[in-house]
Amino acid sequence: MSRPLAHFSDEALVLLAARSEQSALAELYDRYGRTAYGLALRVLRDEALAEDAVQEAFLSVWRTASRFVPERGKASTWILTLVHRRAVDAVRREERRRADSLELAPEQGGGAVDEDAWLRLQRERVQEALRQLPDAQREALELAYYGGFSQSELAERLGQPLGTIKSRMFAGLTRMRELLGEPGMEMSWSPGPSTT
Amino acid sequence: MEPGTVHDLTAAYALDALAADEAEVYEAHLAQCERCREELASLTDTAGALAWAVDAPPPPARLREAILGAAAAERENVVPLRPRALPFRLVSAAAAVAACVAVGVGVWAATLSHSLSRERAARASDATAVEILADDASRRASLSGGSGVVAVDPTGQAVLVVRRLPAAPSGKTYEAWVIPHGGSPVPAGTFAGGGGTSVVRLRATVPQGAVVAATVERAGGVQAPTTTPIFSATT
Repeated sequence: MSRPLAHFSDEALVLLAARSEQSALAELYDRYGRTAYGLALRVLRDEALAEDAVQEAFLSVWRTASRFVPERGKASTWILTLVHRRAVDAVRREERRRADSLELAPEQGGGAVDEDAWLRLQRERVQEALRQLPDAQREALELAYYGGFSQSELAERLGQPLGTIKSRMFAGLTRMRELLGEPGMEMSWSPGPSTT
Repeated sequence: MEPGTVHDLTAAYALDALAADEAEVYEAHLAQCERCREELASLTDTAGALAWAVDAPPPPARLREAILGAAAAERENVVPLRPRALPFRLVSAAAAVAACVAVGVGVWAATLSHSLSRERAARASDATAVEILADDASRRASLSGGSGVVAVDPTGQAVLVVRRLPAAPSGKTYEAWVIPHGGSPVPAGTFAGGGGTSVVRLRATVPQGAVVAATVERAGGVQAPTTTPIFSATT
């Protein structure tokens, strides 16, 4: 597949998408579509719903790209936040709260042979950071982010005061931030060797 | 962070763990609280990193087609007469961002310690590089001996993109050359390598059929190559 925009930064691609350049949207999808789909699938546990969430999120990128402000954050974060919101909205709407959510996902399906080494590296890096968190913090982050539970639902489910849940999420995220370092270039796209 | 205040909703908001009414309250607060805006930007980056930890099968190919198809259909309704090629001014806008954010990784590092004017010159040079890369009319040639590409626009302006080139040894530099068919090498600029991707705007025009190559030379560069090229491309 030819990727003429492979050398562009994410932020430049968003600018191009804002000007209706479809190849820019395609390039953003090629960079983040897989991660986006994996995330939506993890939250929704349903392939059709996950596809819907990813499609809505990328169309939202397409529609609102002109409002993206690079100074306020990375484009990759913006895109994945849109995906996550759609997924969480959908899972809350569906009301089919996964009874299995508390055991949190034996890692499934991945490690495919065609998987980009860079993606695998990112995954291992974030998984390792998660492993280093105290159990209670990791549980709060995972249930909130992957389970789609609100803080009040979490408090009820875990039998803890709301304040405790808030503290765990805050402490967990700030610890993750330290462990991951300032997520600069290494969390951004780096073109692969076969993009021309 | 004081407990029990709206400030401490930042982490929950970053994780999308607020109910709709709580999120509204927080967003109203956000509009007035600089500290929360900064904290939120940072925690949202971290929360977003959790997306990378998921191990899942790839999406079906139809998803990409569905998204691009729907996007095309939507935009046609809004901007029916959009020209096909990238307008120049749009590329310039993108270039400004690209130059700051990604394309400059290699060249940029070398200029950081220099004066502001040097930095500005590099920025302008990177912006031009992005325009050349984005130009549909540019011809491209893959490097042999290295990973990367040379793009040459119709006027012969050219840019060299090399991936994963180690930083030049101390006292040495990389030097690019344009070798016209049947002619002698013309010096086309020096660069330091290192970083993820080096983007080098060539200082000599590249005629059709010319070879673009790079050698390792003493710092400051030389007028004629003294070593064997480490990579080259025939344009």
